[in-house]
Amino acid sequence: MSTTATTMDRAAPRHVGGPRSFVERLRDGDEIAHVITLIFASVILLITSMLVYELWVNSHLSRAQFGWHFFWTQTWDPIFDHFGAAPFIYGTLVTSIVSLIIAVPLGLAAAVFLAELAPRNLSDSIAFLIDLLAAVPSVIYGLLGIFIVVPVMRTTIGPILINTIGNVPIVGKFFKGPNYGVGFLTASIVLAIMIVPFIISVSREVLLTVPREQREAALAMGATRWESTWKVVIPWARTGIMGSIFLALARALGETMAVTMVIGNDPKIRESLFAPGYTIAAVIANEFTEATGDLYLSALIELGLVLFLMTFILNGLARILIVATERGGGHP
Amino acid sequence: MRKSLVVALLVLGLAATAGAQSGTVLLNAAGATFPYPIYSKWFDVYHTAHSDVQINYQSIGSGGGIRQLLAGTVDFGASDGPMTDDQLAQAKVKILHFPTVLGAVVLTYNVAGISGDLNFTQKAIAGIYLGTITKWNDPEIAKANPGVSLPSTDIVVVHRSDGSGTSYIFTDFLSKASADWKSKIGNGTSVNWPVGLGGKGNEGVTGLVKQTPGSIGYVELIYALSNNIPYGKVQNASGKFLKADLAGVTAAAAAAAKDMPDDFRVSITNAPGAAAYPISSFTWLLIPAQISDATKRDAIKGFLKWMLDDGQGYNESLSYAKLPKPVIDKEKKAIALVQ
Repeated sequence: MSTTATTMDRAAPRHVGGPRSFVERLRDGDEIAHVITLIFASVILLITSMLVYELWVNSHLSRAQFGWHFFWTQTWDPIFDHFGAAPFIYGTLVTSIVSLIIAVPLGLAAAVFLAELAPRNLSDSIAFLIDLLAAVPSVIYGLLGIFIVVPVMRTTIGPILINTIGNVPIVGKFFKGPNYGVGFLTASIVLAIMIVPFIISVSREVLLTVPREQREAALAMGATRWESTWKVVIPWARTGIMGSIFLALARALGETMAVTMVIGNDPKIRESLFAPGYTIAAVIANEFTEATGDLYLSALIELGLVLFLMTFILNGLARILIVATERGGGHP
Repeated sequence: MRKSLVVALLVLGLAATAGAQSGTVLLNAAGATFPYPIYSKWFDVYHTAHSDVQINYQSIGSGGGIRQLLAGTVDFGASDGPMTDDQLAQAKVKILHFPTVLGAVVLTYNVAGISGDLNFTQKAIAGIYLGTITKWNDPEIAKANPGVSLPSTDIVVVHRSDGSGTSYIFTDFLSKASADWKSKIGNGTSVNWPVGLGGKGNEGVTGLVKQTPGSIGYVELIYALSNNIPYGKVQNASGKFLKADLAGVTAAAAAAAKDMPDDFRVSITNAPGAAAYPISSFTWLLIPAQISDATKRDAIKGFLKWMLDDGQGYNESLSYAKLPKPVIDKEKKAIALVQ
């Protein structure tokens, strides 16, 4: 009971000469606060373990039938009861990673501008709008995708990319036609639009918490404004910025509605970013209501388990990365 | 103070449920989304006329409807595809199928320079969806459309991505149109599509077809009618090219009614008869044959009778095709099986 110990330490000056009785602590509210917060904290643990338990138990049929093959089988056939998660895992990873590649530089640059360069009034009003964007329901982003991003991808951006990057030796194979307007890249762009507000909003807050003295010290040493931002402020805020990126990644991994509206919903693994694909969250949302066979349902639930696992692993990697960067000397 | 409020709320809640139990019969049902507009209209009108019966219907999808019925959490279910023998074997009591309305699926497309209705042979539709016909000027399409100059562009196939009764009807038709489809793909609410893009819902498919040059997709007839979406003609079992309408769908049902099995589980895609539209289907209510609660049983039987007589009158205002008379007569006899 380390908490109780600290409570006693803190109370020590008032009660010199021995520990307080339970009644005394109760009167101060410490015990009650302790119990209540402990209960709430355990609820989180309980919900998480119940989630895993339910997914594990209900995916029993599918796990027994396909075993580890589930991870690399590329067929998804509800009629002949043959299920594999590979195209969905691939689609989920590709769209999440590409969306981060687009969103991170954009979001970070905007956050730096708002925190370091923009006048405070402008920064605050833009930040308000960004928070508003983060709260827009995903189906709205899906509509934006269908009506604006998809046609622009088909008629303008797609052909331009195919004719330019498409001819570059190694990277080119990711930018080959046919281009339908819907596909991995379109989904990634829509996802990037959705997650940029998270990166900007959180990173800006973190950058604003960097102590004034840090900047002043750098400037006093003769650094330019940019050098002080790049070499002092950003490294100081590194952990928080990482946090914002992983928050964005979590949203990208689990996004359902906006993705299914623009990705083409075709469970196949293809190199080209213009090809249609599918994600785990999208297939569960699409097929769960009409799934009748027991094995079919079980396979869909196992997909949920796989998504949970992916989130778990990626979050773990994020922790490791944060710890590693801290050792590398971020914080003073 | 807070405690007394909770107690008061509890008492109120108990009183409310008690009142509901003594006054009206509350029936819970769940299932298909396709007939939801007509069902909610029926349940609403029926409740107005019979204030003692209230039917609460959740349109959670056919699969969900069947699952909930098997689990016994609803009084009856609804489905766009008939239950399979396996599913029926899982049920604790015998489940009866009652056809309620008819649905149909039409083909909509976006081909540059084509304004009139295109004719599609059954072989052409199966070929397009199997991926063996890839160009608009393929001979199989061209021979059914003499005088139309078809472009040599690629065909972009669009199908539903969400599990749906519409896909069930369409793949049921494809299974009859092509032996290859039947053996390789099969029919169901979701299948392993050999080619094409998936759109979510009728609106998703329509959106993709409208935006993508050279595309073809299938949508529910009612959706096409109410949104003025142009669609093509499909060759029926007797070789005629038909544009889908409510009369053609009822004709398909009438043709199938002659050898309607006693459990009403029948597919009417590709039905015989010159006037029968080939991509049509019944949608069913799933009623348990034994209902121990007498008031519920009477309420359900009363509703079924009403649905087959007065209820059918509301169909066409909502663009659903009416059941043909022989089917109605047969169903009326089957109501007696609910005990």
